Amino acid sequence: VGRQWRLLTEQGVRTVGGYLGVYELREGSGEVIRIGYAGSRSLHGLGGELRERLAHAGPDIWFRFEITSAYLSRHQELLMQYKAVHARLPRDNPERPEQVGRLTVNFGQDARR
Amino acid sequence: MDLELTDEQKSVVQTIRRFVQEEIIPLEQALDYDADTLESEDEARLIAKVKQMGFYGLGIPEEFGGPAVDLVTRTLIAMELSQHRAGLYAPCYGVFGGGGAAQLFEASEEQKERFLYPTLRGEKTSFFALTEPSGGSDPARAIQMRARRADDGWILNGTKLYIADADKADFGLVFARTGESKGRDGVTCFIVETDSPGFHVTRVTHTLRNAKYATEVQFDDVRVPAANILGELNAGFAIANDRLMRERIPYSANCIGVAIMAQRLAIAYAKQRETFGAPLSTRQSIQWMIVDNEIDIRSGRWFVLQAAAKADRGERFHAEAALAKLVATEAGGRVVDRSMQIFGGAGVSKDHPFDRWYREMRIRRIGEGPSEVQRLVAARELIGGSFK
Repeated sequence: VGRQWRLLTEQGVRTVGGYLGVYELREGSGEVIRIGYAGSRSLHGLGGELRERLAHAGPDIWFRFEITSAYLSRHQELLMQYKAVHARLPRDNPERPEQVGRLTVNFGQDARR
Repeated sequence: MDLELTDEQKSVVQTIRRFVQEEIIPLEQALDYDADTLESEDEARLIAKVKQMGFYGLGIPEEFGGPAVDLVTRTLIAMELSQHRAGLYAPCYGVFGGGGAAQLFEASEEQKERFLYPTLRGEKTSFFALTEPSGGSDPARAIQMRARRADDGWILNGTKLYIADADKADFGLVFARTGESKGRDGVTCFIVETDSPGFHVTRVTHTLRNAKYATEVQFDDVRVPAANILGELNAGFAIANDRLMRERIPYSANCIGVAIMAQRLAIAYAKQRETFGAPLSTRQSIQWMIVDNEIDIRSGRWFVLQAAAKADRGERFHAEAALAKLVATEAGGRVVDRSMQIFGGAGVSKDHPFDRWYREMRIRRIGEGPSEVQRLVAARELIGGSFK
């Protein structure tokens, strides 16, 4: 996800538009806790989704986002990447690991060791 | 071919039409506009209903438990199943079941036990890997993936590109070069299990389809037992050609179904929307677009049904299947484009299904053999020769 991490606050979320796209949330420790998306049914797009997360989030939660109309496949890709590295999904994601595809990250480096 | 549907065909069409309108469209209203799947409870309930109706597994031959439906009727059904937002690539969200990989119906008994029957029972899923970075429309010559003999079978090395479902499947049908021939003769089809060491899905490729990605797959010294060769060695392209060609007809009919739905929406909108004091439907420019839509729909419908009828009669239908695919996909694209134009600004918003159909219909002119290859196939049938 391309953009830099920002603190999840009302002020931080206000800068995010109503676009379709994907987002990540992480704790201050650096652990990613949720990979989500704002789809065509999301009220106010990414900004609305992040505001919804903010309402239930503790302090020191960070977010970053990416605007894309391929939000469903990009969301799956991010989950696949996370699962490939951690052998599980982020703590707050509702999906089950078996619903997410397998991916070899860094093929040609790790895979050949 | 009789142009009138039989009473049974009319009844089937009515049944499917009612199913789409009463069961699918209401559920679709609550889904993401680009969704490809239903909620699991809805899916299970509707699959049970389709089984009860006797239409589950339309792509499965009767001898393997599929319904006894001729190809003309299947084509009529395909035109109905696709008349909703997700209908082009996810007709009725898959609750009518898939046919599995057509090639497996011609597998050995042992292969059927290990791969086909578990697939038909829904216990295993598969992928199909033909295209490579070097090309897809002329796979016989583009395939660079090599399989070399080992003591206990074969070792595969190479890359496959734009492969759907490889990241979740249990096994795949993978085409690799086994002979010295540079053409079709040197290619073999292998059944590769995805838990084999050296099998790697290395990249996700995003496409015009939001809900469905393709993948790149690397084969790094993947060992495959000799028992997993599907069909004959060096004859991978000889498997299930007729079955695959038959499947291309309902695939084409899906495009006509979407076009029918687009036309229905466009006519309703043109009658209701007013500009400069009169409904759009009174404007000649709009009337002509609607008539052009109708010409495309009727010609596409004729081509797909004629191809299906010829296949049902057991006659050679290579040219007809190619022409049906060519005409239906191109006609479908034009109808969606014109209907979108009639809707004006509303047509490009995601409030209406045109956005999704417009993107997905574009793929149809390329997937399952692009229009240019269909012309080649038709020309070969009409003129003769191999066009090498």
